[in-house]
Amino acid sequence: MSTIENVSRRRFLTGGIIAAGALVLGVRYYHKLSSGDELPHDTNADHATLHPSVYLGIDPDGTVWIVASRSEMGTTSRTTLPLVVADELDADWKRVKIEQALGDSRYGDQNTDGSHSIRSFYDAMRVAGATARFMLIQAAAKEWGVPPAECETDLHVVVHRSTNRRADYGELAKAAAKLPVPKREELKLKPKSAWRYVGKGQVSYDLEALVTGKAIYGMDARMDGMVYASLERPPVLGGKVKSYDDKEPLKVAGVSQIIPIDPFQQAPGFQPLGGIAVIADNTWAAFQGRKKLNISWDNGPNEAYNSDSYKNELRATSHNPCKVVRNIGDADAEFAKGGKIHEADYYVPLLAHAAMEPLAALAEFKDGKATLWAPTQNPQAVQDIVSKELGIAKEDVICHVTLLGGGFGRKSKPDYVAEAAVLSKKMGRPVKVVWTREDDIKFDYYNAVASMYMKAVLGANGKPTAWLQRSVFPPIPSIFDVNAVYGDPAHLQQGWTDIPYDLPNLRVENGPAKAHVRIGWLRSVANIYHAFGIQCFTDELAHAAGRDPLDYLLDLIGHPRTIDFNGVEYPNYGASMAAYPWETGRLRHVTELVAEKSGWGKRKYGKGTGVGIAAHKSFLTYVATVVEVEVNDQGEVRIPRVDVALDAGLVVNPEATRAQFEGAAVFGTSVARTGEITATKGAIDQSNFQDYPVARINEVPAQTNVYIVDSDAPPAGVGEPGVPPFIAAFCNAIFAATGKRVRDLPITKLGLS
Amino acid sequence: MKVHPFGAAYHVHPFVEMHEMIQLTVNGAKQSFSGDPEMPLLWYLRDALGLTGSKFGCGVGLCGACTVHVNGQATRSCVTAMRDAAGKEVTTVEGLEKNGLHPVQKAWMQINVPQCGYCQVGQIMQAAALLNSKKNPSDHEIDEAMAGNICRCGTYQRIRAAIKAAAGEMA
Repeated sequence: MSTIENVSRRRFLTGGIIAAGALVLGVRYYHKLSSGDELPHDTNADHATLHPSVYLGIDPDGTVWIVASRSEMGTTSRTTLPLVVADELDADWKRVKIEQALGDSRYGDQNTDGSHSIRSFYDAMRVAGATARFMLIQAAAKEWGVPPAECETDLHVVVHRSTNRRADYGELAKAAAKLPVPKREELKLKPKSAWRYVGKGQVSYDLEALVTGKAIYGMDARMDGMVYASLERPPVLGGKVKSYDDKEPLKVAGVSQIIPIDPFQQAPGFQPLGGIAVIADNTWAAFQGRKKLNISWDNGPNEAYNSDSYKNELRATSHNPCKVVRNIGDADAEFAKGGKIHEADYYVPLLAHAAMEPLAALAEFKDGKATLWAPTQNPQAVQDIVSKELGIAKEDVICHVTLLGGGFGRKSKPDYVAEAAVLSKKMGRPVKVVWTREDDIKFDYYNAVASMYMKAVLGANGKPTAWLQRSVFPPIPSIFDVNAVYGDPAHLQQGWTDIPYDLPNLRVENGPAKAHVRIGWLRSVANIYHAFGIQCFTDELAHAAGRDPLDYLLDLIGHPRTIDFNGVEYPNYGASMAAYPWETGRLRHVTELVAEKSGWGKRKYGKGTGVGIAAHKSFLTYVATVVEVEVNDQGEVRIPRVDVALDAGLVVNPEATRAQFEGAAVFGTSVARTGEITATKGAIDQSNFQDYPVARINEVPAQTNVYIVDSDAPPAGVGEPGVPPFIAAFCNAIFAATGKRVRDLPITKLGLS
Repeated sequence: MKVHPFGAAYHVHPFVEMHEMIQLTVNGAKQSFSGDPEMPLLWYLRDALGLTGSKFGCGVGLCGACTVHVNGQATRSCVTAMRDAAGKEVTTVEGLEKNGLHPVQKAWMQINVPQCGYCQVGQIMQAAALLNSKKNPSDHEIDEAMAGNICRCGTYQRIRAAIKAAAGEMA
C-alpha cells in the first residue's frame, strides 16, 4: 500500500474510516522549529539520518524518503521524478517512500504546468540520488578500509567485490551523514547501460489508493470543526454585489452564516472574484442556501461582451495588417505577382478545463498563519496570493498539496484557495470552499478564443511560394494587466512563430484583442488553435494542389535543418536553444514513422471513411498523428483508430507517456467534437456537462496506438503535446471522409448531422 | 436525544422542523439520518460518514463520479435523495470487497487504468455492477453501460480493456 506516513499528529482527518488507512498527502502540520533552523516546513526526508538533498533522506532501517515537489494530477510525475532519484541511488523501489512537498521555494519552481516536470528536474533528481550514493560508498570504504574506487553499489547495498563485503544503505546512513556533501563535479552519474528504472518506468506509486477510494484529493480534505462554504460569484467579470437577501438563506437547515467577499482590484490575477459566501455545516446545505441569496448585481462594462459579435471583431482584425512577429523574404511581393492564391479563416472558441474534481480548498487561519490543503498545481502561487489577501508574510502561508482530480492548467490559478483563506480569516475557524460543476464552468480561466487568417500562393508542384498567417486572440497576460491585448512571446511561440516550414516568403502576424473573461493556460494552450489553423490549412493546400497530404506535409517541412530564430522573440519554452534546438528532421521522422505505422496510403477506405494527418511540435516534443474516422449517413462520427508517433527525447516512464498520449487523443476529441464556451451579455452560457459536453467512452477513439522514438536527446514534455496534432488530424480526416472542411470548431458547426 | 449527523458543529435551526429518522445500511452497517430528506445520498456519505471514496463531479447525474450500489444497482448518489435511500442497502467503494481487492480493482491495477484517478471509483463501481449482470460484455455493451461515466483524463481505452480482463478473471 502506498500510504504516506506523514499524517498529522494533530486533528486532521479524524473521521473513523478516513483515519483507518487513508493516503494523506503532506499533511504534517506546520512545525515551528527552534530559532536558527532554516527549514520552515519539514519533511521526513529532512529528519532522516542521511539527508544530503531537500529531495531525499535515508533512515537507518534503509527507508529512502523521496520528496515529490511537483503536483500529481494524473501525469504520474509524482512517481516518475522519484524514480530518477531511485535509479541514480541504486535504491530498491520497494523501500522508497514518497512524500509530497509543501509549497516552498527551496524546491525550486513547483508550478506543475507547461509539461516540464521531467525536463526541468531530471538533472536535479539525478544529482540528489548520485550525491547520496557517493556518500554511502565513501562511508562503506572508510568502514572497510578500502579505496572508494573499489566499491560499487548494487540494489540498495554498497559492495566491495574482492573481499565480498556488502552493507545495506540503512546500515551506512549514520556514517555517511558525517561525511561532507560532495560537489556536483565529484559525482559520476550512472551510464545508460546501468539504469534500473529510467526508460523502463513504473506504475503510479498511488495506484492502489486510486482504485480503492483511499486517495485523498482536495475535495476530500477534512478537519474537525471545519465549516463548508459555497459562493455566489459575479456572473460577469468585474461585477459587484448591489444587494442580497441575508435572511432567507439562514432559514436553510445547516446554514450558519452569510459572508460577502470583496471583488478583485484592478486585474483579476489570482484574486477571489468576490461575491457572497454561504457557510454551512455540510456541503449540501451551503449549496441550498446559495439559491436563496437573491443577489442583484452591478455587472460593469463587461456586460457589453457577446461571444458572437466578438468572433466577428476578431475576424475583422485578422483581415487587416497586424503586428509582424516573424518574417522571411517578402510575402506581399510574391502575392502581388498573382497566381493560385488560397485563403481561409480558422476559429476556435473559448474552452473550459472541466477537470473531474471541481475546485475545492480547505483553509485554517490561526495565530496569524494560514494553513491550506488544496489540489493545486502551484503551491507557491498559493503562498503569494494568500499572503497578499490576508496581509501576512509568505512564510506564514503553509500550503499542503493534495492529489488533484485533474488539473489541465486550471489548478495553476489559486483563486479558489484564496477564497478559502479569506473566509477562514473572517470566521476564525477552518473553512472548506467547494465549487459546484456550474461554478467550475462559469468561472474558469478559459483557453483563449482565437481567429486565424491564412493565405498562401501556390507555385510549381503546388508548394507555396509565399505564406501569410495572422492570429488574433485575447492573451493570457490580460489577467494581470487589463490593457494587454497582444500575444506574448511565450504563447506566440506555441506553434505560431515557430511554423517549421521551408518557405522562401513567410510572414507571421498577431493582432490585438481585449479580454472580457479570464484567460488562462489549458492543456496545450495556444498550440491548440495554432496547430489547428496551420495543419488544417496545409491539408487544404495539399488538396488544392492535388497532392497526397502526407507527401505535401513532408515537402513543406523540408530537409532536416535547425530553424534559425534570429530576430524572433522565441523563448523556446524556457529551455536553451543549444540543448533543445528546433530540428525539422525530428518532426519529419515522426511524420514518416506515423505514416508507416498507420499504413498511410496502403489501406483502402470506403464511403464516409477517411484518414487525416498532422504534425506539430510543442513543449519541445515532436509529434505526428494519423486519425481515421467514419461518418455515417446520419452524420455521426466514429473514430476507429488513432496512431501517434512522438519524439520527446529521453522518456523516463514510457508507460505513463503512452497513457498521456492516449488521454490527449480523448482530450482533443472533446475539443473538436463539442468544446465551446460562449457568453451573452458578459455571462457564460454553459453550466454543466449537458451544455459543455466532454467525450464519453462511446465517442472516443476505439484504439490509440502510441509509438515512442528511442532518443538520447534531453527529455521534453509529454502531458500536452499530443492534443494539438490530434485535433488537426481529426478534422483533416473528416474532410477526407466527407469532403467538408472544418474551419470552425467544434465540428457541430459543420452540419454533418 | 437526537444524534446529529454532522457532529458538534451541527445545530438544528429553529425555523426548521425535525425530520423523521431515515434508516439505511451502508457497507453492511446500520445507519440513521435525521436531516433534510432531500439531501443527496452523496453528501451524507461524504460529509456525515466521511466516506470520501465516492466523488462529487457534477451534482446532476451526468458524470458518474458518485456511483455507488443501492440494493446492488449502480446508482448516482448525487441525485438520490436520502428519502429514496431509506431502507436500502448502500455499498460504496469502501465496502466493495471485504477482503483485499475486488477483481475489477485488480484488473484496474493490472491494466494501469487511472491517471488522476478521481473518476475511477465511480467507473469501478459501474463496471462491477455491469459484470454482476453480464458475465462477458461486448465492446458495445461496455460502451452502453459505461457511457454515463466521464473520464476527463481519457482512460477509456484502458477501462474497456480492464473490464474484459476482470470478466475473464470472474468467469
